[in-house]
Amino acid sequence: MTDSAALLNKHSFVELGARQRAKALLDAGTFRELLDPFQRIMSPWLLRQGVVPQSDDGVVIAKGNLDGLPVVIAAIEGAFQGGSLGEVGGAKIAGALELAAEDNRKGIPTRAVLLLETGGVRLQEANLGLAAIAEIHSAIVDLRQYQPVVGVVAGSVGCFGGMSIAAGLCSYLLVTQEARLGLNGPQVIEQEAGLDEYDSRDRPFIWSLTGGEQRFATGLVDRYAADDVTQIRQQVSQLLHLGVPEQHRSGQAELFLQRLARLDTDVQIEPATVRQLYQGERS
Amino acid sequence: METLSFEFPAGQPPRGRALVGCVGSGDLEVLIEPGLAGKLTIQVQTSVNGSEQRWQHLFARMFDGQTPPAMSIDIHDFGATPGVVRLRLEQGFEEIGHD
Repeated sequence: MTDSAALLNKHSFVELGARQRAKALLDAGTFRELLDPFQRIMSPWLLRQGVVPQSDDGVVIAKGNLDGLPVVIAAIEGAFQGGSLGEVGGAKIAGALELAAEDNRKGIPTRAVLLLETGGVRLQEANLGLAAIAEIHSAIVDLRQYQPVVGVVAGSVGCFGGMSIAAGLCSYLLVTQEARLGLNGPQVIEQEAGLDEYDSRDRPFIWSLTGGEQRFATGLVDRYAADDVTQIRQQVSQLLHLGVPEQHRSGQAELFLQRLARLDTDVQIEPATVRQLYQGERS
Repeated sequence: METLSFEFPAGQPPRGRALVGCVGSGDLEVLIEPGLAGKLTIQVQTSVNGSEQRWQHLFARMFDGQTPPAMSIDIHDFGATPGVVRLRLEQGFEEIGHD
């Protein structure tokens, strides 16, 4: 197959919007949206600050089946306000996860998939967004006792702020090369640490430290997939079938802290140094 | 930010509804639902101030010489150019035709 034919046959996941992503993952004909955009559950705070709202507040909640398994998908629309989470969008995700846990207590094995494309809290909604993100965190921890919660960071927004903590709490994480995952976004780090330390315009540098490939190599995520609908769907399905992991990554905080303690902060960190640090002693 | 309202004569309401686009930079979200027979109403929330005339002209040109279906249209605009607006509207009109 020539390169152009391969390109034409490729279906990009990154290029899809939130609703299309959810549809692409679910079995054909099973997509059912909860609180759909025509119900107009919108942010009451944006208008007052002169910001145009979106009818679904940038969050799509869909129920359906993935390879026959009952799932609820929460997909964040990265193009709307940088995928930021406010009161409404945050409550939609937290509520969906809480209902999934409730399902499990009633014997329905609902799994969850989070399509994370977000800069974190929506600054215009401040504490309400933060509270919603905290609710998402506790809902993930509740649900993951019963069934896996799979996080997908496809790009190109990435996953930052409080929602990077949500990603860290997931049972499994899948990323692409386009993805970035980090607590603070590049511009925030540059502002706090200075340009010499972290140049947010240096894209190769940023991706070399927080990009999907690096995060996979350091073991902070579980799967690394090409930007292809079929591949991502297959891998999400495999992760859902794996069931609840023996030990969640966030349950190994002590191990990661020990490794971080060995970091030499006198020199500028290099991607290779970080990989060695996280991988630990390899036999 | 501005909120604008427009009204045009129309025929019968369509059967379906449609959502196209997204409130992303240079784009807009269009929600189309069946309206009251004979009336096409459009509500626009736009991030661009002082653009009422432009919207008026754009809609007038689109519906010129035809009777559109009676729709209730909600637009959330994030600085889309008239070309993008027209593309999104046409995309939406095509989708309400489908079930």
